[in-house]
Amino acid sequence: MSVLVNKNTRLLVQGLTGTEGTFHTSQMLEYGTKVVAGVTPGKGGTSYKGNDVVKLIKAVPVFNTVSEAVSKTKANASVIFVPPAFAADAILEAIEAKIALIICISEGIPIKDMIVVKSALEGSNSILIGPNCPGVITPGEAKIGIMPGFIHSKGRVGVVSRSGTLTYEAVKQLTDEGLGQTTCIGIGGDPIIGTQFIDVIKLFNADPETEAIMMIGEIGGNAEETAAAYIKEFVTKPVIGFIAGRTAPPGRRMGHAGAIVSGGQGTAESKIAVMKDAGIFVVETPGTLGATCALALKNIKTKKTISKKIAEPKASKVVKVSKK
Amino acid sequence: MNIHEYQAKELLKKYNVPVLKSQAVFSSAEAGKVAFEMFESQGSKVVVLKSQVHAGGRGKGVVHDIKTNAEKKVGDKTVRGVTVIAGGELSDKVFKYADATFGNKLVTIQTGAAGAIVNRMLIEDGASIQKEYYVSILLDRQTSKNIVMCSTEGGMDIEKVAEETPERIIKETIEPKIGFQGYQARRLAFGLGLSGDGFKNFIPFIMNLVRAYEDLDCSMMEINPMVLTTDGKILALDAKVNFDDNSLYRHKDLLVYRDIAEESELEVEASKYDLNYIKLDGNVGCMVNGAGLAMATMDMIQMAGGAPANFLDVGGGANVERISNAFRIMMSDKDVKAVLINIFGGIVRCDRVAEGIIQALKTVKVTVPVIVRLDGTNAIEGAEKLKNSGMEFKVAVNFNDAAAKVSEVFAA
Repeated sequence: MSVLVNKNTRLLVQGLTGTEGTFHTSQMLEYGTKVVAGVTPGKGGTSYKGNDVVKLIKAVPVFNTVSEAVSKTKANASVIFVPPAFAADAILEAIEAKIALIICISEGIPIKDMIVVKSALEGSNSILIGPNCPGVITPGEAKIGIMPGFIHSKGRVGVVSRSGTLTYEAVKQLTDEGLGQTTCIGIGGDPIIGTQFIDVIKLFNADPETEAIMMIGEIGGNAEETAAAYIKEFVTKPVIGFIAGRTAPPGRRMGHAGAIVSGGQGTAESKIAVMKDAGIFVVETPGTLGATCALALKNIKTKKTISKKIAEPKASKVVKVSKK
Repeated sequence: MNIHEYQAKELLKKYNVPVLKSQAVFSSAEAGKVAFEMFESQGSKVVVLKSQVHAGGRGKGVVHDIKTNAEKKVGDKTVRGVTVIAGGELSDKVFKYADATFGNKLVTIQTGAAGAIVNRMLIEDGASIQKEYYVSILLDRQTSKNIVMCSTEGGMDIEKVAEETPERIIKETIEPKIGFQGYQARRLAFGLGLSGDGFKNFIPFIMNLVRAYEDLDCSMMEINPMVLTTDGKILALDAKVNFDDNSLYRHKDLLVYRDIAEESELEVEASKYDLNYIKLDGNVGCMVNGAGLAMATMDMIQMAGGAPANFLDVGGGANVERISNAFRIMMSDKDVKAVLINIFGGIVRCDRVAEGIIQALKTVKVTVPVIVRLDGTNAIEGAEKLKNSGMEFKVAVNFNDAAAKVSEVFAA
């Protein structure tokens, strides 16, 4: 099993015919994702085969509106590659069309627009992943987003992260360790996102195939702390965690709009402390994420409890080097 | 985007948020002239001279000479970021304080020892203050809604108030579907203990403030202090306004408020190429794709015995030109003693990144060790290109190996 997406997911691409939309749709099709429709207002009724640079392996029918695409193709998930000025509108259109899973890749959506989106999500039939995220992949079944498919492998670990490339780093280590992933979910780096760590942790905890959970956070906000409180009480599977940004200066946005320590809130230290207290195996450097996960899974089979010492392997010399 | 106090007040005035009479000046001569024409000759007995820098803590900050670093004095009085000037020969005194400040650096708790150079000052009328309050509007990330926050502890550091006496902070949530309502404004006014004219004047003050916040796509607005004058008026005595960068595309008129002098030179240069660069104090330059990986790389450098000299995210669409610009900007930081390039190729192809690095090294002279770690798409081709370039690289095979190579540099 997996969470959120699988081989039966019927995907709609909003912003299909743009440069980004075209490139990533071609990649998703090649991975085996069922792309059933595209929406580009004004190009409805056509069939899209790609642009001058990128050709799609299969033509995709284009519609003017999301609701029309849904009624004609039974799409149940949508991925959004629309420029940030129009992305909130695209999400709202997908919510109105009752799409169950909406994944928004676009980066740079104004906060004011996202406040409206968040409010529209309340009581709706939709789950939003992102914005400003790499997307969701269930290895071997469906890839929805911009992640490189080839580093993933079907397996035992559920991955959830606020980052893009840092997630790929973790994923590749899990693949190299032979552990693989059930589903990998990038929840996004913005201050307002549709789905939080805690929501994804709940899904992984309920998924029988997910044996361990990897949670990759960063400075800013308190989503990691909220998730840690839930983990402490309800999660029995081993959770491996990392927080990026210990060396980030306060008051500066570190690339992601949401990665900012403000007023002493959202520091790496406070997050790590809460996570450790919740029994999460927090690694010091992302270089040891895969190895720590392997050890945690090995130990859970032989023993019920895992000592923290084992969970923080001496795999790297780095850990020992003291700071100047 | 941050703006200066005087710019914020200019905007607030348009929204009928009451502020005192004031005028921005750009030289000491202008300060003297304005102090006389707009204030002294109009009957002002007290004015306040305020340095306009983005950093906070100006009131307690001290002005230091740009060359000698000595504390500036007028007579036997230390020159601070904010000075109340009273008594006779008002404009003369304003000139002296302005002259001691312009072109020199203001060191506050937020600027660090380097200080901020003062190029703009604000002359403002004095006010007869009965009580000071704190007001701010900001995003509450937990609820994804904006909140209005008030406190009776005006002029204080609000984080300290939140920690020590949280009961003195009152909040109202702005419901996106409903908007900020009159009853919420009244609840805040009662919470602050306002009555009579103060109460009556606070309601439009806060309603207009919220309107400005929403209209202008602000990410933060702080009025600290808001004051109640002895004659019952409510005024914004200070104003700090931040705009949401993502919405600036629909507020082109606000772009004139950007003050490049407040930004680091290298950061301004990087922004021309859409590179996300933040200058830090360390000695290891790093160039990474993706913000999360970039932060993790900075943390790793510190653990390995170095200190990150910068945050630099070259982004998802890194091409040869982008990489070579990024490299040049990173290398123009004189403190850089070693360089770490950490790329996880997803959409970005590592061989292209390698080409960019080689290209950059042809134009930028590099005398420090360069550690390169390429992983993901076309990593092998990329490493091959580096090897065949005839240049010297320390090639790392994974994240931990890169850290070890940073350690080696500092152990040597």
